[in-house]
Amino acid sequence: MDEIVKEEIEGNVEIIIYGIINSIILSLMALGFTLVYSIARVPNFAHGALYITTGYITWILLNKLTGFPYPLAIAIAICVTAVIGALIYRFILIRVRGMEISEIIATYAIGLAILEGLRWGGLRGGTFTLPPFISGSVQLFGVSVDYQRLLIVGIGIVTFACLYLFTHFNRVGLALRGIAQDERAAMMLGIDSDMTAIVSLAIGSGLAGFAAILLLPLGNIIVEVGYNVLIFAIAVCVIGGLGSWGGTILASFIIGFAQILTEAFLSTHYQMVVALFAIIITLLIKPSGIFGKQKELEERV
Amino acid sequence: MSEEIILSVQGISKTFGGLKALADVGFDITRGEVYGIIGPNGSGKTTLINCITGFIKPNSGRVLFKEKDITGWQPHKIAHIGISRTFQIMRPYYSLPAYKNLIVPLWSPRAKTTGGWRGGGKHGDRDTVAVDILEEIGFERDSRVPYKLASTLPTGYQKRLELARCMAMRPEIIFCDEVFSGLSMSEIAGMLPLIEKMKSEGITLIMIEHRLRELFRVADRVMALNFGEKIAEGESSVVIENKKVKEAYLGSEEV
Amino acid sequence: METMRKERIDRGVRVRASGLYAISSWREMLYLMGPPLALIIGVILLPVILELAPYWKRVINIMCVYALLALSFDFLANYVGLVCLGGAFFVGVGGYLSAIFNVYLHFPVYLSIPLATICGAFICTFLLMPCLPLRGVYFAIVTLMYPLLATRVIEALDILGGTNGITGLDSLPNEYVEHYAIILMTLFFLYAMRRFVNQDVGLVIRGVKDNDQAVKASGISVTKMKAFAVCIAAFMGCFGGAYMSHMYMWSGLSMFALDFSIIPMASVVIGGGGTLLGAIIGSFILVPLSEVLRNFGTFRIVIYCALLTGFIVFKSEGIMVYAMRKYHQFERWVKV
Repeated sequence: MDEIVKEEIEGNVEIIIYGIINSIILSLMALGFTLVYSIARVPNFAHGALYITTGYITWILLNKLTGFPYPLAIAIAICVTAVIGALIYRFILIRVRGMEISEIIATYAIGLAILEGLRWGGLRGGTFTLPPFISGSVQLFGVSVDYQRLLIVGIGIVTFACLYLFTHFNRVGLALRGIAQDERAAMMLGIDSDMTAIVSLAIGSGLAGFAAILLLPLGNIIVEVGYNVLIFAIAVCVIGGLGSWGGTILASFIIGFAQILTEAFLSTHYQMVVALFAIIITLLIKPSGIFGKQKELEERV
Repeated sequence: MSEEIILSVQGISKTFGGLKALADVGFDITRGEVYGIIGPNGSGKTTLINCITGFIKPNSGRVLFKEKDITGWQPHKIAHIGISRTFQIMRPYYSLPAYKNLIVPLWSPRAKTTGGWRGGGKHGDRDTVAVDILEEIGFERDSRVPYKLASTLPTGYQKRLELARCMAMRPEIIFCDEVFSGLSMSEIAGMLPLIEKMKSEGITLIMIEHRLRELFRVADRVMALNFGEKIAEGESSVVIENKKVKEAYLGSEEV
Repeated sequence: METMRKERIDRGVRVRASGLYAISSWREMLYLMGPPLALIIGVILLPVILELAPYWKRVINIMCVYALLALSFDFLANYVGLVCLGGAFFVGVGGYLSAIFNVYLHFPVYLSIPLATICGAFICTFLLMPCLPLRGVYFAIVTLMYPLLATRVIEALDILGGTNGITGLDSLPNEYVEHYAIILMTLFFLYAMRRFVNQDVGLVIRGVKDNDQAVKASGISVTKMKAFAVCIAAFMGCFGGAYMSHMYMWSGLSMFALDFSIIPMASVVIGGGGTLLGAIIGSFILVPLSEVLRNFGTFRIVIYCALLTGFIVFKSEGIMVYAMRKYHQFERWVKV
């Protein structure tokens, strides 16, 4: 994250602009995680690993095969990640479905295995970078913002809109929402819960990859980023309420601005500390998050 | 029967989201009586119990136990002062034998003060007391039933185990959440004397029930709830004749 | 077509050994006492046996530290129902406290380790207290954050030696003290915990896992019981950390490393959750394995994770339960 906002930030305009950018970045990171949790009820701890995997695959395609078109590389990488996500569900998670703890341990283990495997396989140092889509920067209210960041904001907003339309007006999307709300009832209406879970993992992983493609040009592809993305995604989702979309976006704005503010007035070291503290404080005050729909005690008594 | 009011519930309201689960429900209970709460499914009976025993915080209203305000206390504190409850969905500690299930209430601070557990502190004493309580509640001591795993017990015994868990606390009030439901006629017939016995020991019982006939045999007074509102209260014969109660149970197109 | 079914029957010797007759013959005695005695004597003699291969002697200590951590994870996860992904937090707190006591306050080793253990247990419990009402995923997530947070805070504030850590701790008096301190503590904790979970207090704590509502309705504060359990678990973890900081004569950020969370977890899953002994066996398998794989670098973690996932998915009962079954029962195929 340190690389993402390098400039010394001064002035309110700058804080606002970079706060918005940072918030959108965070929500893009968290989007896949939220989607998977809200539909399949699986906390996908392999999220960060999938994020890095996409970046790495794109990098390989671009650098090992000369002249490979960038858009095609991106498309292939995202598809591969989506397939990996689906396979994780189909062959591993499906067997531990419903056992929350096993799900966490299994996805966490898979994520670790992927990340550490990549590190072992040579993903070390700062040589792995993706080119930005458009280079250069523009002056916005007297603040210089590069095109990649503007693009991220634009694409981010379009993505949210698309996802909203998809889940509200598309058959598959509606089925996904049905499962998210009440799995049993949806199953009785003829929605295959395993199939939707596979789809949701595929989409969630694809979104992780999509975010990676958008965000990785801002920095290096390193394993630590994978861990950080996981932490940020969890932070955003927990604060917003696991499985709540509105909450995710709101929470990413809260953390996003909190981070930019700490950066402006304290130091970049505290960025992660802020996110982690935010999680702990939120859980203390309202364990189910801002918009949490976690079933409270009432349902269980 | 003394006329001391042991529990007074005043204007309890609770909403879940937009749904009004309880609207301004209130009643008084005198020591030693058996008070029934009836109502169709979803009328807020269990929510009411949860509000009183602290498992849910009501939006408004007060609960007074012996004139002490206990609204919004934590469940274990409420249990500690002598208000015990059973759960509609029985979940005994499945991995333990039946009598070991009573170790938990016998270990509690209340059991120490009320003498529910009179042992001197040596390990094993609680076990004997536990088996005594189970026998009181209808587990045959010499059979193997008290020593079976809780998960293998039939429903009737699991319900009894719930009651035993309450009795181990030596409470003053017990809330029974549908103890008769899911039981056969003969099992209920076995339970009724138990209720009578608890009543004769001076324990105040508040029973939520769907099995009206059985309830009316033991209850002194009955309250009917519908859509979270109190629609009738009084002697059971009066309540059952109440027009609103009939409507609630049978639908409003009743002739 | 003829269908067959697998039948499991208790071995005769188990049936005989489970009653009064257990003490009537050497065979039954051996059957009952053999495995535990073999374990205890084996572990105690390990440092002596390994005189032959000195390289491996250091591994014993690490193995036992991980065994303690695994024990603490197993206890919390399978007896209290709190999945604590932040075992490293206990280690780190113990390690740093011991370093503070020893280096800054000049306490001798035999004081700094116990003090760090006790204070560490209380500090960890105090810090984890806010998370105790959380359940399932939420608790796991938050505890995962704790070691990370600790690392970042130490880095950011540059306290306690910053990224370099605290150096110059006293080592333990000699090699054998070093070995036996941890071996005896591990065995002590193993049997103490096995006893504890069947005491009345232990049953109450297990009740919290089975049905916390009923525990509340029995007039017992669930949070208090959980705090008590966390304190016990943290005690074991902090001891491991304090011991290790003296073993390496150093305490640094890697005390909060992921290894201390993931390997104990893997040990428990592989050894068999809920058996306590399984946790120990699991780490006695995994740690030497990781020593063998030392040359592979981070690939070791990939192997653990693969093992972990494999066991969770295909053999969730773990080695210990499997072995117990084989020991006590035999199987045969019968016609249906």
